[in-house]
Amino acid sequence: MSMAAEERSTRAPWALTAPALMLFVGVLLIPLAMTVMLSFHDWGQYKGIEPVFILKNWREIATDPYYAEMFWRTFRIAILTTLLTALLGAPEAYILNRMSGRWKSFFLLVILGPLLISVVARTLGWALLFGGNNGLVNKLLMSLGAIRSPIPFMFTETGMVVALAHVMMPFMVLSVWAALQRLDPQIENAAMSLGAGPVTIVRRIIMPQIMPGVLSGAIIVFSLSASAFATPAIIGGRRLKVAATLAYDEFLNTLNWPLGAAVATLLLVALVLIVVGSNALIERRYAEVFR
Amino acid sequence: MRRNGPLALIFHTIFVIVMVAPILVVCLVAFTPEGFLSLPTNGFSLRWFRAIAQYPEFIHAFWVSLGLGALSSFVALLFAVPAALAIARYRFRGRDALAALFLSPLMIPHVVLGIAFLRFFTSVGFGGSFAALIIAHVIIVFPFALRLTLAAATGMDRTVEMAAVSLGAGGWTLFRRVTLPLILPGVISGWALAFIQSFDDLTMTVFLAAPGTETLPVRMFLYIQDNIDPLVTSVSACVIAVTMTALILLDRFYGLDRVLAGKGDPGR
Repeated sequence: MSMAAEERSTRAPWALTAPALMLFVGVLLIPLAMTVMLSFHDWGQYKGIEPVFILKNWREIATDPYYAEMFWRTFRIAILTTLLTALLGAPEAYILNRMSGRWKSFFLLVILGPLLISVVARTLGWALLFGGNNGLVNKLLMSLGAIRSPIPFMFTETGMVVALAHVMMPFMVLSVWAALQRLDPQIENAAMSLGAGPVTIVRRIIMPQIMPGVLSGAIIVFSLSASAFATPAIIGGRRLKVAATLAYDEFLNTLNWPLGAAVATLLLVALVLIVVGSNALIERRYAEVFR
Repeated sequence: MRRNGPLALIFHTIFVIVMVAPILVVCLVAFTPEGFLSLPTNGFSLRWFRAIAQYPEFIHAFWVSLGLGALSSFVALLFAVPAALAIARYRFRGRDALAALFLSPLMIPHVVLGIAFLRFFTSVGFGGSFAALIIAHVIIVFPFALRLTLAAATGMDRTVEMAAVSLGAGGWTLFRRVTLPLILPGVISGWALAFIQSFDDLTMTVFLAAPGTETLPVRMFLYIQDNIDPLVTSVSACVIAVTMTALILLDRFYGLDRVLAGKGDPGR
């Protein structure tokens, strides 16, 4: 390679990425830094935002049990949602993968399609199905004899978990499905020919191999559920707050921006730590699967 | 491979019904002839679709969403196509860090992005404007535009380009006549996926939208907060129809599993 060509090949990639890089620094990194700074500013009902450096907002979040309870609720809902999607999504992905070609792609479209349909519309559907004490879900469960008295779904954590699990389910199915694509069907046949029963095959052959898929799906579902806004806001109503809806309230109703910024910063930091930490754990544990 | 047993098929049927039920119920209630929320048991009626016409704020919000989605996805591609070509073709220092930065809007909660953009645009005096919405949406749809373009650029046959260079093509001509047509399916799919993401976003947009720049999801959300009536179900049914159309087109031209599986992550 000549000198000139070599020079071009080191400069060309930077010239091509420069516009996008400038865009990201200008309108993503700077605003994020401003938000972190905002969380250290002071605020008062009449004086508005005062650009000073104080720990007032952080101290309030650390000491007022209201915030501890709210963050605990946020993460509790996210954990339950993640468990529900893993318990139902993983078997479904496995069943889907065993279907014949045309049915497989049809049902994949049916299950993954909702991912792209408006979250507001999907949550509205759950609000209609839950609808008070004699909603469709309760009527169905009672006529099947599964429950005696109606379960309150609207404005409860139960309802939020069910609706969130529905919204997040495609991510779990997709993640497990991707793991199943790497699985060699001959191993299953080999285990069968050696006398393993269906339970043993699932437990000893399938589970260990799709576990990385389940775990990476769990990370996606957890982080999206913990920061979800639309579903908790519509199903949870105005009283049952999670981190995202609380930050929204502070910004657009109370107008205490510094406090809202502190809540958002804490949510971001907590999620980044959890996601990066569990990613590292999974990759170490399943290094051979990721190659 | 073994077939699914009856137990597996029962599980599958219930699973699919539960996945479809909320979407189906919205579309069904939209056709109710009654004045309140109910399933259309006494025949279908279009009265709630006609009622949308009497709410100009929904119509206006629809056009805002459509324009915002189309424009922000297009602008995102203007930045994403060169970046994708650089990442796909060159091994340079900082490449992985750049790719991570460009995909980072997927990792950052949209509520945090909404707050950051609100703070930023108000302090530079752009608060509540359509321009601010476009810039913010360019950032959130960028990863989708980049991924699909990157997948196309990585899988591209470079020999055609070399042939064009040997025939004297270079620079802009090479890009416009050879490279772009070759990666065009990826670019168009990237645009469609970016459009859907922009069209559906609520969490980030709800912070930035002001009266006049409210998008359809924001308008619907604010409406639902006050009361749920058949009108909002008929609006939702229209939104679902628009998304389904885009989805089916995307599936025909590109394959939905490829779009959603996000093939083309750098370093995978």
